[in-house]
Amino acid sequence: MSDLKELQDLVTQVRRDIVRMVHKVNSGHPGGSLGCTEFMVALYNEIMELKEGFDMNGLDEDLFFLSNGHISPLYYSVLARHGYFPVEELQTFRLLNSRLQGHPATHEGLPGVRIASGSLGQGMSVAIGAALAKKLNKDKHLIYSLHGDGELQEGQNWEAIMYAAGNKVDNIIATIDHNGQQIDGATSDVLPMGDLKKKFEAFGWDTMEIKNGNDLEEVIHGLNEAKKRTGKGKPVCIIMDTVMGNGVDFMMHTHAWHGKAPNDQQLEIALSQNPETLGDY
Amino acid sequence: MKKYIDQGKKDTRSGYGAGMTVLGRTNPKVVALCADLVGSLKIQEFIDENPERFFQVGIAEANMMGIAAGLTIGGYIPFTGTFANFSTGRVYDQIRQSIAYSGKNVKICASHAGLTLGEDGATHQILEDIGLMKMLPGMTVINPCDFNQTKAATIAIAEHEGPVYLRFGRPAVANFTPADQKFEIGKAILLNEGTDVTIVATGHLVWQSLIAAENLESQGISAEVINIHTIKPLDKEAIINSVKKTRAIVTAEEHNFLGGLGESVARTLTTTYPVPQEFIATQDTFGESGTPDQLMEKYGLNNKAIEKAVLRVLKRKV
Repeated sequence: MSDLKELQDLVTQVRRDIVRMVHKVNSGHPGGSLGCTEFMVALYNEIMELKEGFDMNGLDEDLFFLSNGHISPLYYSVLARHGYFPVEELQTFRLLNSRLQGHPATHEGLPGVRIASGSLGQGMSVAIGAALAKKLNKDKHLIYSLHGDGELQEGQNWEAIMYAAGNKVDNIIATIDHNGQQIDGATSDVLPMGDLKKKFEAFGWDTMEIKNGNDLEEVIHGLNEAKKRTGKGKPVCIIMDTVMGNGVDFMMHTHAWHGKAPNDQQLEIALSQNPETLGDY
Repeated sequence: MKKYIDQGKKDTRSGYGAGMTVLGRTNPKVVALCADLVGSLKIQEFIDENPERFFQVGIAEANMMGIAAGLTIGGYIPFTGTFANFSTGRVYDQIRQSIAYSGKNVKICASHAGLTLGEDGATHQILEDIGLMKMLPGMTVINPCDFNQTKAATIAIAEHEGPVYLRFGRPAVANFTPADQKFEIGKAILLNEGTDVTIVATGHLVWQSLIAAENLESQGISAEVINIHTIKPLDKEAIINSVKKTRAIVTAEEHNFLGGLGESVARTLTTTYPVPQEFIATQDTFGESGTPDQLMEKYGLNNKAIEKAVLRVLKRKV
């Protein structure tokens, strides 16, 4: 295992990247990005087996698919700091002629990204397709994916969830960012979805929970546990409770920062709560 | 005029099935997906011979498109199969985001296109699919005319890197192109040379255009007939060269005049070599139940309608 302190330093630095990126262009989605920082840092730096460099087919390595593509600031920061592209490129986020589009895309050839996402509800199907390709290729590596909880209101997810269980796609670990928020408010107000764990179980998935998705150790432990459950005939789901906006106190526990950037003063406060660790881009 | 012989009526969807059988035996990267329409898409032989390379997704077309996009990541060439209606309009955003914009090598294979689906009626008769698909950047759009050409097109698109929409139909129609003709994407086929008018047709309307040309010949009108199996990329050179000679054109397709082949041809000629044009296509309407022949008659998509359109366009010729 990597040194936990090092990973925690990376989490803090990624949080700085996120708020700086969205502040600069006065647009983007800090809330969900901050809430999933521990998860994505753990995934890329502790959990997944990754090759050097990037090729689209990703043979002989684990793959990750981000379905809730609006948390692109987090995705880009983690990819850059893992070495897929220069960290300095983060300053081009959402600018004209950038590879760092508002939502992740393959069109500009950004290394690390394998599918366009952000039109919600499509990532689960794509992840399942990639998992089927792994099986055809006799490649034992795993497929990871991340989905928003509000995103599960899109019906295509349930087609995919039904398919994966019915066809024993057991080389996939789909994590649900269960922060209880979406653009128009709390998911419980916008469209109550009931007990997600029971729903996934009823569809035939091996379903587990991470109760504090903003505790790095707990996230790593949960993902390692999920890994052990793969290859047993069932797709694996993690319902991960997170706090939207985690790490920036005035952004926490509200949907208000789903898609809103901080002003200059708010940026200073956010950065003061996340002191520089590995060097700003 | 050059004589074409109907080698025996066959459905174009069986051409797809036959092409898939060949691909199953020759290209280990080809995989097939289907949304509960294996019998209609005629791919049972592919499934029997390659069960591990077939994915039955059930009645869930959106999921099928996403899974197909994912299968390309790992090097596979997925061929999705369902009716044209459910291959396009129903899953437009999935195709747009996960396939076209993401540049995925998916072949969207669509049966029962147009009015000739027949008795099932307008719920299943899509007349907008060519337009939907040709508007997507990077999408290749192909509508072959008979069994042999559909089989050849199916085999050819596996060698093409990038998303393709392959459109074919339900009824048995004349099978008249050579069985060994190589299919070249984007390359029009000149079926009959003529001097008075150019008829550019796609899909089932190609055979109807040949019949019309024969009838016109007996009236002393020389019609050039071009089979445009690929609507995008359009073989502009073949069309422009032909109208430079004939100075009048009729386009023919089993599709709405909005968004179809005719519009692509008109846009090409308006900016290069404007000539009078008539459109054989549906007139911004939905279809209805009926036999294929009845529907093609009622909606003006048969050889008689093409003949009349030629006479109209000749009157406008300068």
